[in-house]
Amino acid sequence: MAQSLAKEFTKGLWAEIPPFRLVLGLCPVLAVTKSVENGIGMGVATTFVLVFSNLLISLLRNVIPSKVRIACFIVIIATFVTIVELVMQAYTYELFLKLGIFIPLIVVNCIVLGRAEAFASKNGPVLSVADGLGIGLGFTLSLAALGAVREFIGNGTLTIWEGLPVFEMGGNFLPFQFMIEAPGAFVGLGLMLCLMNLIGKK
Amino acid sequence: MREMISMIVVLTVLTAVSGGLLAAVKSGTEVRIENQVLKFQKAPAIQDIFPEATNDPLAERFTVKTDDIELQIFPSLLSDGSKAIAFETKGSAFGGPIGLMVGINLSTDEIIDVRVTTHAETPGIGSRAKDDLSFVSQFSGLSMDTNFALKGDGGVIDAMSGATVTSKGVSVAAAQAKEIYQKLKPEIVKQMK
Repeated sequence: MAQSLAKEFTKGLWAEIPPFRLVLGLCPVLAVTKSVENGIGMGVATTFVLVFSNLLISLLRNVIPSKVRIACFIVIIATFVTIVELVMQAYTYELFLKLGIFIPLIVVNCIVLGRAEAFASKNGPVLSVADGLGIGLGFTLSLAALGAVREFIGNGTLTIWEGLPVFEMGGNFLPFQFMIEAPGAFVGLGLMLCLMNLIGKK
Repeated sequence: MREMISMIVVLTVLTAVSGGLLAAVKSGTEVRIENQVLKFQKAPAIQDIFPEATNDPLAERFTVKTDDIELQIFPSLLSDGSKAIAFETKGSAFGGPIGLMVGINLSTDEIIDVRVTTHAETPGIGSRAKDDLSFVSQFSGLSMDTNFALKGDGGVIDAMSGATVTSKGVSVAAAQAKEIYQKLKPEIVKQMK
């Protein structure tokens, strides 16, 4: 039990890390990773939704009739997304403004629905939470990593939280602005995929 | 038959519980969200509209109530001593309601400036209404009698290319501000003493 728990958790961190291995959920990955801060915010919001929707769907898996399961999943996921949206507006309004439309769009993020359909509806609540946590953490890490690369090259800074720059390039650094614009997201994602395949190849 | 009933029951219960939960969260966060919107949306807009205000429009805000409208008014003293007010109206645009803060000089009945506040427009397209001031600056200096409709609809406002629906939402909000202003001006002046 403990072994399979660890397995479900860690698979999300490398073997099935969402944007790079499964190449899922690319819309937020490409759109919000202009900075580390945005990436982490988006990742945490998605993780919250993933964990709770996985838990609830797994608890209700024997009650939900299979013909309307997708509708039920969407209701559950949309509820948690709306909760996240309201809480973010109440406590982290600036981050909410930066992430904007991409918070409500978590509803249609195929990672969340994919985990509900492929895992939570077939496994118990404990395993499902582990799975949600692992995938969510993997998603957060990938967003933060891609955000770090883009922010560093495109803006010359690394910021974990508002007004708390961890690193800043000197005045002579000319930012390569291409990286924080939309095409830079594709290039960054492609290079990271390439790097991960290179490491995983052996 | 049995299956159908179970489908209906499950979906009904699920949506009802979800609705109840969301209503609870909404009412729990409402006051905080309102404060955040005031701090991050309305305050900067008012700062932009009245850069040289000699009072604090946020602290002196008051509410005007009539039969069907309740309106928050931000009063301001301009540097030349004349009085002005700002209030927010909503128009309906591409991504939902779009808020417009309208600053009006009470003695000349002219718009000082307008700013877009809360919106859910497409980033880079409709959001230009807020980020690119060349659209909203068309309103500055216009009298409150102006027809604020878009040029295509017989008004005086140039729409942003590629964002007609957003432009329309802003112009509807301005038209609404005109209507409210004409109706409530005596009441507002009275409350400003």
